[in-house]
Amino acid sequence: GLKVRVAQATGAERRSGKELTKVGSSGGEMWSRTLLKSLRGARQSSQQSGERSLGTLCIVEAKDGAGGLDSASKATLACAQKHLPKPFVALVASDAKGASEEAAGEIASLAGVETVLHGVSDKEGANGLLAEPLSQVVAALVGKLEPTHVVTGSNTFGKNLLPRVAALLDSAPITDVVQVVDESTFVRPIYAGNALSTVKFVGKGPLLLSVRTTAFGSEALETAQGAGAEVASVGAEEVAAGAAAEALSEWVGEEKSESERPQLDAARVVVSGGRALKSKENFEMLEKLADQLGGALGASRAAVDAGMCSNDLQVGQTGKVVAPELYLAIGISGAIQHLAGMKDSKTIVAINKDPEAPIFKVADYGLVGDLFKIIPELAEKLPSQK
Amino acid sequence: RTRRRGGEAAMRVVVGIKRVIDYAAKIRVKPDGSGVDTANVKMSMNPFCEIAVEEAVRLKEKGLAKEVIAVSMGPQASQDTIRTALAMGADRGVHVLTDAKLQPLSIAKLFKSIVQREDPKIVLLGKQAIDDDCNQTGQMLAAIMDWSQGTFASQVAVADCQERVSVTREVDGGLETLSLKLPAVITTDLRLNEPRYATLPNIMKAKKKKIEKLTPEELGVDVSSQIEVLSVREPQARVGGKVLESVDELVDKLKNEAGVL
Repeated sequence: GLKVRVAQATGAERRSGKELTKVGSSGGEMWSRTLLKSLRGARQSSQQSGERSLGTLCIVEAKDGAGGLDSASKATLACAQKHLPKPFVALVASDAKGASEEAAGEIASLAGVETVLHGVSDKEGANGLLAEPLSQVVAALVGKLEPTHVVTGSNTFGKNLLPRVAALLDSAPITDVVQVVDESTFVRPIYAGNALSTVKFVGKGPLLLSVRTTAFGSEALETAQGAGAEVASVGAEEVAAGAAAEALSEWVGEEKSESERPQLDAARVVVSGGRALKSKENFEMLEKLADQLGGALGASRAAVDAGMCSNDLQVGQTGKVVAPELYLAIGISGAIQHLAGMKDSKTIVAINKDPEAPIFKVADYGLVGDLFKIIPELAEKLPSQK
Repeated sequence: RTRRRGGEAAMRVVVGIKRVIDYAAKIRVKPDGSGVDTANVKMSMNPFCEIAVEEAVRLKEKGLAKEVIAVSMGPQASQDTIRTALAMGADRGVHVLTDAKLQPLSIAKLFKSIVQREDPKIVLLGKQAIDDDCNQTGQMLAAIMDWSQGTFASQVAVADCQERVSVTREVDGGLETLSLKLPAVITTDLRLNEPRYATLPNIMKAKKKKIEKLTPEELGVDVSSQIEVLSVREPQARVGGKVLESVDELVDKLKNEAGVL
């Protein structure tokens, strides 16, 4: 089903001074004395050597109703844990206080975390995730903490936010990283993933990067030994840095597909439909197959353009990049731009009536024939995974 | 502030366009690993930039924009891309001539200089270039101008007062609508519009339109890179599999060979 949410409060209400008052535990508003002391000590010595003190700042998005950390956030934290300088501080940006606190609690139990900061905004709705104020808060936080690295996920949240932060800091970011070679050298895909570019950061820093979920998402997160990290509210000064930018944009509403199915970028199985499905009703035939396999639904650009399904199903160079155990490409020809989004899947099955379709070149198994006959037969003969 | 009265258009719109390897061309990595081979390969306007030009021209046709300026940065050949934009309906062009390898941060700074000269209310850019797939320039320009940003736009509607614009964006969860204060940077996504083809009469007309030539030095922008490309390689090729005979065979293979069921 489709869930539509529209802003309730007026702009004036949201931007009132009240928003900036933090409500929290006694330790919430201020940095903990211990952390401040250790950072000041480290910074003093680092200022002498001219180098930065904190390792990495991770920016994580926690959305209302997500039920825990999403796959982009896990990939961000996994990359920080395994490949980037420790210790790391995590900043949770959210559209709801509950989601923010839940995510912060989860992150606090991870190894390598020193502090988890949340409460960037107590605004209703997704105004708390807008790039204009949030980027200023992050930039202010970077100025205070002086991390060597800043990392976030390469999803629409990270893509919208990170370059804005980078420009404020006059530092060229490295986006959509698929491999960390060393702390200043990374690999990222170009030309729809038909080439891989190894790049080295030679600026003065900090080094900002975004990571592709499929490249780091499977690395398990290590839990901390002993007590978890400190959870604290973002400082008033940093929050205030975003105040002026709040006037620039306003969240009005959203149209989200609600589904019991797994998230497309984290699903073990993806059932994906293309132009040959011809209609929205036919596309819904794939829903039964997806449910049978306990999988997510995906689509080619052509299917979305034709209105057969919503845009968030699009797999490809400019849509979602997925790498499930099993990808079923049904009625999808296999254009370069689509392959860019799914060619790292473990097993690819192609069902198409055109034996010359490029998809068969990347598929492990193919069936040439009429999908309107094959899909019902497949649904009948597949063991139910549910 | 100028208000729109009986069709009087007020704003200037700047559109950024990039010349890239055509989306349908098969790319080849140079044997020495220094980059992708662009010699003798078909070049075209980046598809997302085409959508941006189309949206800008539509704003003019709706009477919301009085002038559309097409801007491109790169070597001499970038002029061809500007000519295409002019043929689609842009009024004049600006070409920042440079052979330097430009990265998004430098491009954003060059755009800032141009924006300060041209004073547009809206800057339209493609969300990403299909060569480097960066998806950064629009956001960076908005940051250094301290403007609002509407990225991955699938719908753009300028408010009657011409002081705000409503942008619907394609995001991971579906669609999101924001109201942005003008001036704004908007980056275009696939479904914003279907770009028109430049007709022959318009291509001929475009030859008379002006293209101003500038350099990064004239604009006072340092275009040196903070990122060095060490090497470029092809990813490991996926070995093709087999076409099967029946659904039964497929189910069997998936269960017993691939082990995914």
